Amino acid sequence: MATADDLKFQANPDATTISIDEPVEIPKNQQSHLQEPGREEDDELLGTDDSDKTELLAGQKKSAPFWTFEYYQTFFDVDTYQVLDRIKGSVFPVPGKNFVRLYIRSNPDLYGPFWICATLVFTIAVSGNLSNFFIHLGKPTYHYVPEFRKVSIAATTIYAYAWLVPLALWGFLMWRNSKVMNIVSYSFLEIVCVYGYSLFVYIPTAILWIIPQKVVRWVLMVFSLCLSGSVLVMTFWPAVRDDNRRVAVATVATILLLHALLAVGCLAYFFDAPELEISAPIIPAPIIPAHNGTTVITKSH
Amino acid sequence: MAAAEGSGAGGTLFPGLADVSISQDIPVEGEITVPVGSHSPDEDFSTLDEPVKDTIMRDLKAVGKKFVHVMYPRKSSTLLRDWDLWGPLVLCVSLALMLQGGSADSKDDGGPQFAEVFVIIWFGAVVITLNSKLLGGTISFFQSLCVLGYCVMPLTVAMLVCRLVLLAGAGTVSFIIRLIVVGAMFAWSTLASTAFLADSQPPNRKALVVYPIFLFYFVISWMILTFTPQ
Repeated sequence: MATADDLKFQANPDATTISIDEPVEIPKNQQSHLQEPGREEDDELLGTDDSDKTELLAGQKKSAPFWTFEYYQTFFDVDTYQVLDRIKGSVFPVPGKNFVRLYIRSNPDLYGPFWICATLVFTIAVSGNLSNFFIHLGKPTYHYVPEFRKVSIAATTIYAYAWLVPLALWGFLMWRNSKVMNIVSYSFLEIVCVYGYSLFVYIPTAILWIIPQKVVRWVLMVFSLCLSGSVLVMTFWPAVRDDNRRVAVATVATILLLHALLAVGCLAYFFDAPELEISAPIIPAPIIPAHNGTTVITKSH
Repeated sequence: MAAAEGSGAGGTLFPGLADVSISQDIPVEGEITVPVGSHSPDEDFSTLDEPVKDTIMRDLKAVGKKFVHVMYPRKSSTLLRDWDLWGPLVLCVSLALMLQGGSADSKDDGGPQFAEVFVIIWFGAVVITLNSKLLGGTISFFQSLCVLGYCVMPLTVAMLVCRLVLLAGAGTVSFIIRLIVVGAMFAWSTLASTAFLADSQPPNRKALVVYPIFLFYFVISWMILTFTPQ
């Protein structure tokens, strides 16, 4: 007679388990963690067979028709501690851990992306205004203006970035998925989630950009770009690495480039250059993207 | 048993009623018509016939009572149960009007236009209400709009004070006074609306609902604080 262990469903550690004997399964999974760390890392990065399961489970959760209010409530099914955990995961990316697998776990929410974008819009507008005020303070010809127009420009830019780029990326990944059988595939909401939470680190960066020193601003920019860029890279590299080498590298490079363009564009447009040019010769290469970013932004508006 | 039956309807079956007796010589008096049924149609007709002043005064008193509730936020259900949007409309219009006449050197860099203030307040309130409902709140749509609109009142008072202070002068001292006033009113608004709205939220999502309210009043406070006259 087969034992209960043979018949027990071998649940993957990262999949959402709804089994009733969950407390018994967890120690077993921890033991397997200790025994095979290499394979575990691969599993967590790739999510080998749990992507199918998570998509199935995700499909089971969102069963209300899209014209009812309950359908949209499933996208806000997060508690405070979950949102805080996801934000922490985006600010302190653990190398080797996939943000989507670790934190989203087939429960993507729209609360985080929407309100992080809203906060970022107002933070950039307010910080830009404050920084310009402090830079030009004391000049006799300066008259303070609230520059309220910039709020709508910031809102358009940031919301377009946080929602259209994931749409394009999702479409691209779906198209590549049809050509190359990828092991990892993300739903549109998971991509929106990753992008939304990865923008969180720009909020304290924007506040610190009030400091009118060019060196400080660029150091902050590079630092925040590394943090949020690493979250994006670690999420999307497993999804494209089975593809043609060039396509994979080009995709990841484009993701990073757009992210950098957003940061540089915001710094150039909303924050006036500080008058003291003593730090100009110290900055090497990063100045060049700034010129590109500046011309792009000024032409577009 | 025959004796018990003989003693009447009370007897051993209903011992407590044995000594209750209805005297035959007290006539039954009173109106048969049910009071509720007869009065409410009268009331409906009477609000149509009453003088316009009474109607307006009744609504004004309701609005005034809600203003008092916002001033001293206690857990009262008046604000929630009998919602109305007159108060928020008046507050929004007066705030938007007072924010006009600011620095208009160029059309691009001035303060918020009238329509922008209107849109921010109403659209912001709608988004916050939708947010709290999507997170599982039990408050109704218009009740939430009502509370958020009425709690703009401390900030409208702050705007009035700021304009009066700016009449006196626009130096550093006036800025510090304005900063303190606006900061205090911002805290008052946020605390008042949280006091009214927090109970209707699921317990482990309260912070998720309070944060957008904080952001909403922060943006309005920022618009008030950065108002500079021409």
